[in-house]
Parts: sequence; C-alpha cells; structure tokens
Amino acid sequence: MQTAVIVFPGSNCDRDVAVALTQATGRAPLMLWHRETEMPPLDLIVIPGGFSYGDYLRAGAMAAHSPVIREVTARAAHGVPILGICNGFQVLCEAGMLPGVLMRNAGLRFLCRDVWLRVDNTETAFTRGYRPGQVVRMPIAHNDGNYFADPATLDRLEADGRIAFRYCDAAGTVDEADNPNGSVRSIAGIVDDRGTVLGMMPHPERAADARLGGTDGRILFQSLLTVLA
Amino acid sequence: MKAKVHVTLKTGVLDPQGKAVAHALESLGFSGVRGVRQGKFIEIDLGDQNPGGAHARVDAMCRQLLANTVIEDYAIDIVD
Repeated sequence: MQTAVIVFPGSNCDRDVAVALTQATGRAPLMLWHRETEMPPLDLIVIPGGFSYGDYLRAGAMAAHSPVIREVTARAAHGVPILGICNGFQVLCEAGMLPGVLMRNAGLRFLCRDVWLRVDNTETAFTRGYRPGQVVRMPIAHNDGNYFADPATLDRLEADGRIAFRYCDAAGTVDEADNPNGSVRSIAGIVDDRGTVLGMMPHPERAADARLGGTDGRILFQSLLTVLA
Repeated sequence: MKAKVHVTLKTGVLDPQGKAVAHALESLGFSGVRGVRQGKFIEIDLGDQNPGGAHARVDAMCRQLLANTVIEDYAIDIVD
C-alpha cells in the first residue's frame, strides 16, 4: 500500500502523519512537496495539519490553488481516498472538494486540547474500524475550526450520513457545552458524496501511540489498511 | 488602473471578531456603537489594461480566490 503526505510551506504535522502511516502500513509514505504535479499511483493521500502558506488570506485558501492540489483533485475524482486533517480539512473546503468552510473559533482563541468525538458514520473506508456511535478521544489544535455551511447543505450532509465525527461529551452526548469552537451542529469531520474524501479538525495522528496519550486515532489508519491493502 | 475590493462577512454569519471590537470600543467609552463588522480591503494594481473588462476580471478573482462566497460578500470599485 503506497501512501503520500502533501507538504506545504508551513505544514507542521506532516512527519507525525508519516509516523502513523508507517506504523499502520509498514511502509513509509511519499512526502510530496507543494510544487509537485506528477505522482505515482497512490492508495491514499493525506493533507496534514499546519499553517500552509502562513494562513494568508484565509486558512487553506492559498494551498487550495497550489499545483499539487490540482493533482490531488484529479486523483480524488478517480476515487483515491483523501484524508485532510486540520489545515488539510480547511484546504479541502477551500478547494471545493468538501462543502462549507472553517471559520475563526467562536471563542477567538487558539484551542489545543483533547476532545471527545462521536463516530456517526462507520461506513467509510476511514471509519469502519469504529463501532457506530463510539466515543473516542483525540486532540484538537486550531484557530479556525468553526465549521459553517448553509442549512440546505447541512441537511443534505445529515440526510446522506456524511457527518463522520461530532464533538460530544464523554458519554457521547452532543451539546453546545462540548462544542469547542462553535461548529454548526457540532461537526468535527465530514466526507464527500462518495465517502472517499474525509476532512476532520481533530488529529488522529496525535492519538496513534499509547506513549503519546492515546490510540483512538490509530483505528482510523488501521481501517484504511483493512480496506485498501 | 486599480481595483479596490472590500470583502465582508455575509449578513447572518456570526462575526465574533467584530463583536469583540465593538465591546472594546464600548469599554473605551465610545457610546452608541450599535455593531461592528470586520472585513478585508484588497487593492489590486491592474496596470494599463482595457478598463472595459476589468470589472469582470476582478469579479472572477473574487469568486476564485479573494472571497469565500460560502460566508463572504465582496464589492469591487475600479478606479483610475
């Protein structure tokens, strides 16, 4: 299984993702610089967290128009799974590969802490290792994680089961008290209409090793392995 | 020729930064501030190109990059 991690100027979770992918697949991912326009056949492409291009204009806006993302978009159209984490989620939204946008956190503070998440869709290649409704713990680390989309888009996402993760409490209850950033309907991660593109604000790669405080994120990488290997 | 572009959050989209600025103005003693909306101002030097197509070109720039039309509106002013 050959995976790849996109690296922008300002990416800062690319190596963490590489470690998690290597652990899961037994093979190091290709690290693809933002100017790359050619890539070999790939089974998974990850757009990691960070501050691509310094978050200039809007988080993810510049990266969304980079040469490498044009190629990622083409691969996604052929069904290659794409995982965007944190800044990667912002890039996927700005590139139009996922609906909606990630705005400044409602509390105007950078948030860096663990959150509880409820897995609402276990039918995707990314989430089938989780039990439906399973409550998991992963870190968030972002300034712009406040998901927003118009009500019609949200209703469509709900109806199609495209909300993969929601912020919740330890018991799995979704309410505003446990919504860290103001995201509409407590959305933490969504998939595209085919279920092969996942964008999520929490960091599964930072919860993929017991020595680093948790392994709930590892399940996501292992799910991919089961499906794609 | 220059294009002056104002990008603002759409009506109905919460603007916590604008709200914080309004509170700060209030605490400085500026009474009567009913609301603050924060946005961006972008100035583009278009050189000597034909003014006829300038507005349409800048409009395309706004739609493709300068504004995220999910949450933002934009206004274009072409000046000599």
